[in-house]
Amino acid sequence: MSDTKESTLRTTMAKALTLGMRRAMSEDRSVLLMGEDIGSLGGVYRVTEGLKADFGAHRVRDTPLGEAGIVGTAIGMAMRGYRPVCEIQFDGFTFPAFNQITTQLAKMHARTNGDVAVPVTIRIPNGGVIGSVEHHSESPEALFAHTAGLRIVTPSTPQDAYWMIQQSIACPDPVIFLEPKRRYWLKGEVNLLQPNTPDPFSAQVVREGEQLTLVAWGPLVPVAMAAAEAASQDGRSVEVVDLRSLSPVDFDTLEASVNHTGRMVIAHEAPVFGGLGGEIASRITDRCFYSLEAPVQRVGGYHLPYPPAGVEEEYVPDLDRILDAIDRAFAY
Amino acid sequence: MTPTENTSGKPEPTDPHDARATAGTGAHPATVESTLPVVGLLDETGARVQDSRFSPWIEDLGRQEIEEIYRSMLRARRLDEMATSLQRQGQMVLWPPLRGQEAAQVASARALGTEDYVFPSYREHAVILERGIPAEEMMTQFRGHTASSWKPSETRTQIYSLVLGAQVPHAVGYAMGITQDQKLAAEEGQNPPPEAAVLVYYGDGASTEGEVHESMVFAASYDAPVVFFVQNNQWAISVPFSTQSRVPLATRAAGYGFEGVRVDGNDPLAVLAVTRWALAEARQGRGPVMIEAETFRLGAHTTADDPTKYRRTDEEQLWAPRDPLLRTRNLLEREYGAEDVWFQGVEDETSEWIKATRAGILAGGPVDLEQRFDVVYATDHPLVAEERGWYREYQDSFVEEDNDDAADASGPRGLGREEQA
Ligand SMILES: Cc1ncc(C[n+]2csc(CCOP(=O)(O)OP(=O)(O)O)c2C)c(N)n1
Ligand SMILES: [Mg+2]
Repeated sequence: MSDTKESTLRTTMAKALTLGMRRAMSEDRSVLLMGEDIGSLGGVYRVTEGLKADFGAHRVRDTPLGEAGIVGTAIGMAMRGYRPVCEIQFDGFTFPAFNQITTQLAKMHARTNGDVAVPVTIRIPNGGVIGSVEHHSESPEALFAHTAGLRIVTPSTPQDAYWMIQQSIACPDPVIFLEPKRRYWLKGEVNLLQPNTPDPFSAQVVREGEQLTLVAWGPLVPVAMAAAEAASQDGRSVEVVDLRSLSPVDFDTLEASVNHTGRMVIAHEAPVFGGLGGEIASRITDRCFYSLEAPVQRVGGYHLPYPPAGVEEEYVPDLDRILDAIDRAFAY
Repeated sequence: MTPTENTSGKPEPTDPHDARATAGTGAHPATVESTLPVVGLLDETGARVQDSRFSPWIEDLGRQEIEEIYRSMLRARRLDEMATSLQRQGQMVLWPPLRGQEAAQVASARALGTEDYVFPSYREHAVILERGIPAEEMMTQFRGHTASSWKPSETRTQIYSLVLGAQVPHAVGYAMGITQDQKLAAEEGQNPPPEAAVLVYYGDGASTEGEVHESMVFAASYDAPVVFFVQNNQWAISVPFSTQSRVPLATRAAGYGFEGVRVDGNDPLAVLAVTRWALAEARQGRGPVMIEAETFRLGAHTTADDPTKYRRTDEEQLWAPRDPLLRTRNLLEREYGAEDVWFQGVEDETSEWIKATRAGILAGGPVDLEQRFDVVYATDHPLVAEERGWYREYQDSFVEEDNDDAADASGPRGLGREEQA
């Protein structure tokens, strides 16, 4: 076997996450998994498949059905020196644990004046367009981003999934780890020897361009890439940034990009109003005012509860709505 | 260990919480023996069992009512099968089957009085049918066409709650409203409003949620006329009951200060009797009451689930003879001499109904996204109005482009272009 064969692997985002967790569990006995149906079933998305068989029921815990209990007890285990990785079954079921996440997990380090770290990772399958029923397609990232004390990351490729889950588990701060559930079966190369960036809390330019910076994360990165390609057929050169980290946001990378391109479009599945796009637009306007050719444009969900599956594709930004936002940015 | 696929080949370690270690008993290893009896009025062969406390509650029940129960249960089962097959054909986004729980649902719903109110969880399809809600309407949510299906204001039945346990405090609050009505009427010297109670459904898994426990405390604290009806079908997706509780859930009621009754959930007569009693207690101000209906989810959790991943088929076989339809059929044959031709007749009339229902279901389509802008708030909201404008303008841009560029067969820009993911 050649070196390259051993050091890279082509797999899905879901399997890359499994591999990442398996490696983290192998390397650190304090890592353990907690969640509903993550044991024998391997999780409803099979992301923990095989881990209970390998590590035992004491390290892969099928918990009773209570999200506040999952996160609350994970905090207690972290206080005792463990690194719990919690799985919330669907984004819409995070909220029973919202109290524990925002008043306890996020604030423990500050409340104890830095004495108690709570290295808990909360994995949440995130986002829509999976053709499901209500509460299964939410994008609650802004609620967490607004809470000081939480870090938030979201991979968009198997490579990032594999590495960022390990980096999140190793991080001494609590990390909300959003998994773009409609991309679980997306395949890609995983470099088993090296992450894309040593710092997971950073953005990456995933396509270079000259006239506009298109920012997306998680599930919308492939759509943004397709939009940039379509725009290039119209003679427009679009740079795509995969934000990867939603808290902190890597404003330096965004600033450098916009100073080069002069325009910015931010796309997210979450509603535009109060969404992360607003924060990014505001900071970029401050930092890049004299480089901007147009106001920063945003495209996202409407101010509606996530709609029924039959019309969800009109709600979540698709290729056309992103192109429409690009048109708007060029209209100035 | 290298970070590659699992090749350890090790057998799974024994886990006391693993159903495979406790299959058939559903017991936590540290289970506390319960002295609470399980109320049953029919044995597995369909023979009557006398119960001095609960038998009187179904004394009025004749052949006709039992036939109706059987008919309702059969309809629910056939509808369930049809929905499962529609999902396989891509006509439904998801379906949670109720197979095995027909008696628990049909009989409890039939105990309701005209003033009573229901809060279902999300698998209570037989309850919904019993409430007179057309199956076509019930299905729209699971087809991905609507957010919810029926009107609570017209059916005295709340919409499904897919966030487990979230409906339970609502039920308690609604029940608090019933006693509030009585207090206000007394204060104003008016006639007391009609007695009413609330029946709320949830599962063994949901019973763990904090909101459910808080609900019990509130209900007890305010003497709320509510009946907690937990269908313990032994499983919460892949997690066995033994992970949720060491004791039967009904025994918890005592800890909150009210009565809990365990009932054989596959015995429609026992479920009817116990629920009638419980609702009467609640209506008369002696509530709350908890009922634990012990039953079994014979099918998958939902159409997206594969139970062979986590439970042994012998557990399903163990429950097969306790099938509520079989048992009710035995009762009808044994006690009333019902013949095959009668059962065949019910089967035929059910398949006619299924045919018509299926056609009705398939005739429907998704709501307009624009309709959603109408219902977010009860009154005008400028942000919604503005964004509706964006939506409309964006939709209209396609129409204009279509007209401008009628020759372009690919239609509006980008439509039909695939994401290059
Ligand atoms: C708050 C919340 N957490 C998780 C889920 C995902 N989920 C849906 S059904 C289910 C199991 C429910 O078990 P139980 O309460 O016993 O009801 P059953 O499915 O057996 O009818 C889970 C975990 C959910 N819907 N809501
Ligand atoms: Mg259950």
